[in-house]
Amino acid sequence: MERVIVSMQDPDMGIKMRNQRLLITVIPHAMTGRDIVDWLIQKYSITEEEALHTGNFLVKYGYIYPLKEPRNLCLKQDETPYRFQVYIHTIYLARKNIRKQGELIEYEKECYNALHKRINHTWDFVVMQAREQLRASKQRRKSDRIVLECQEQAFWLINRPPPGVMDILEEGPERRNGANTRVQLVSGILETCAVDIEHNRKSLGRNRIKSSICLESFVKYCEQYQDHDPIMQGCLPSNPWITDDIMYWNMNAEMVPMPTKLRVERWTFSFMELLNDPLGKKELLTYLEKEFSGTHTLHINTHIQWLAKVFIPLKRFHILQFLAPGASRWVNIDSKTMEKTLQGIKHPHRFVMDDAQMHIYFLMKKDSYPRYLKSELYKNLLARAVVPQETKKSVFPFMRRQRHSSPSPALVTQTAEDNGKAQPNTGKTNTGTAAQI
Amino acid sequence: MAAQEVQPSETIAKLKSESEALKTKLEEERAKLHDVELHQVAEKVEPLGQFVMKTRRTLKGHGNKVLCMDWCKDKRRIVSSSQDGKVIVWDAFTTNKEHAVTMPCTWVMACAYAPSGCAVACGGLDNKCSVYPLSLDKNENLAAKKKSVAMHTNYLSACSFTNSDMQILTSSGDGTCALWDVESGQLLQSFHGHAADVLCLDLAPSETGNTFVSGGCDKKANVWDMRSGQCIQSFETHESDINSVRYYPSGDAFASGSDDATCRLYDLRADREVAIYSKESIIFGASSVDFSISGRLLFGGYNDYTINVWDVLKGTRVSILFGHENRVSTLRVSPDGTAFCSGSWDHTLRVWA
Repeated sequence: MERVIVSMQDPDMGIKMRNQRLLITVIPHAMTGRDIVDWLIQKYSITEEEALHTGNFLVKYGYIYPLKEPRNLCLKQDETPYRFQVYIHTIYLARKNIRKQGELIEYEKECYNALHKRINHTWDFVVMQAREQLRASKQRRKSDRIVLECQEQAFWLINRPPPGVMDILEEGPERRNGANTRVQLVSGILETCAVDIEHNRKSLGRNRIKSSICLESFVKYCEQYQDHDPIMQGCLPSNPWITDDIMYWNMNAEMVPMPTKLRVERWTFSFMELLNDPLGKKELLTYLEKEFSGTHTLHINTHIQWLAKVFIPLKRFHILQFLAPGASRWVNIDSKTMEKTLQGIKHPHRFVMDDAQMHIYFLMKKDSYPRYLKSELYKNLLARAVVPQETKKSVFPFMRRQRHSSPSPALVTQTAEDNGKAQPNTGKTNTGTAAQI
Repeated sequence: MAAQEVQPSETIAKLKSESEALKTKLEEERAKLHDVELHQVAEKVEPLGQFVMKTRRTLKGHGNKVLCMDWCKDKRRIVSSSQDGKVIVWDAFTTNKEHAVTMPCTWVMACAYAPSGCAVACGGLDNKCSVYPLSLDKNENLAAKKKSVAMHTNYLSACSFTNSDMQILTSSGDGTCALWDVESGQLLQSFHGHAADVLCLDLAPSETGNTFVSGGCDKKANVWDMRSGQCIQSFETHESDINSVRYYPSGDAFASGSDDATCRLYDLRADREVAIYSKESIIFGASSVDFSISGRLLFGGYNDYTINVWDVLKGTRVSILFGHENRVSTLRVSPDGTAFCSGSWDHTLRVWA
């Protein structure tokens, strides 16, 4: 913010200060609200709305104060005159003190010095003028009086906001940072240095990929998913948040009899996409069962089934659901992985299933997944998949649809425990009544 | 008789210069492979058209600043926490409040929805992360079933469930992150490496699912291996505290929002910063960032009460959204990408679409 103020006061590129009228008094070295907004628009290539918004902050933080209605700290885009606050350095330090205990870092120091220089010039000039007037007549000029009064009021409004008024200088809970933490022991510093060095050495050795390849992949990803991004392309039949119609959610519910085309297409993007969709996972399982029914080409080792039973409660990786007891036996694990896994079982740790899981996962990704995508089962599903119709605009667009509530996920497990105790809401309008509070 | 003792200050100076030399070499290596800028690659991409997003829902009910929020997997429910210690679960679609819990502390800076939708986790100045199972029984006192999971030695800044209800990842003002088992409250792994408060974290969406990124007051963003506890990559290009980190949907990059008024994109495979999202007219810090589903848009909530929408590929600002009357403190895109929700110090949450 200081940077902006410094720019504003630049004698060449800054705002032109003129004599401004306040009723019948003429105030020298002031600018109008209109001037401020126009300058911001021009300098930063922003819209009027944004310039007004930013300008308001300059006033609210006290860098500029109004000469009319000084209790109302906001920027008015009209002929209201404004001046730069001379108590600026005090406000600035107050702000910084709250966060960083008075320590100014390099670039802030620069800004502050530049600001101080500018303000001092203006202030000196005003003081000089005032002295002149005093010599000429014992009475201070009315304009000076008004200016001083407004200055003071604005300053105190910011530093001691009256009750009920927002405190613009408020920050969140105190954060420590490198600069103001407790004194570090020599041993601590040595340790941090050693760790840094080790880390940097390792980083030097890592494999990096050329930027052109990495960045190209982002372009491809964005392109691929563009149609699946409701905020970018909209969604069919309509975005529920905009039209209050939850058809989109119903059609894309976890287990629908007929999924949408977009959803089925998405399974071709990556193996992870297929597995992330419960419906996709179910389809894959169906395919595999069909493919291997009657043959014993691939045979799952019974030990793996037992492992799956033991570790399912952990639910740490969705692949486990594939290996649920009773699932088709269709994947083999090489003996080395098996041995390692069995060893792990003897001394269980969190990752004991990981190697086996990884192995199965990558086998499926390389083998079963591409075959599924080429299968008749998938192709048929894709052909039959639904493309929703866009919701026709309502005949009475100002009439809001009823917003239906949905059963809470917490309910799903509860009704399993106690039948009928909690009734799910069904399609009643719920505006404002809080059910459980 | 006395062995020649090297002055500790000498050793520190020597180590520091060695560290600096390595850092410079590292930057050189990284620069060698940087053959093109993101916006250059993006030149061939169609520019985005006019962008219209409006507030579609306003959630009123918190009595003080909203500090954090998270979506439920059902795409319409939300949990939010505020300075006055209240944690509220809403059906954002109908704007109904469904549950409310009062924490025994103020400044509840972190909250998260469990993947099952049956529990929420939250914490803040109490230095703990607690899990509350959501009960639909009107007579049941949610606070009674509370389970204390994480214990840090300073405030809790962020928390997230991993891919199940069983584990929680936390970050804290004590400079560490930690992985906990919900059932037993046991510490499974701790992550040391930040030199100051850790303010944010995000789990990688990768298939192997065992890395996460954290950002802190030491201006660093670190990528960690959850199994070993090691920091595998580190990025230090921001000029101030990093308030928010979020992975790009493919998991190959992540974005960060900082008090230096910029958001930046870091590529994990190229191992460098690849884009800066900033504008001279933006002078306030970014408090929270999130991507749209395709990763083309980056939404940033700022301390000047606005939300800036960035074109991730071209690096330009697409839109600025006004509406909040105080700082935007938290922002998340919904699980199916149909909308995003922002929470603010003006006590409200807004859903935009």
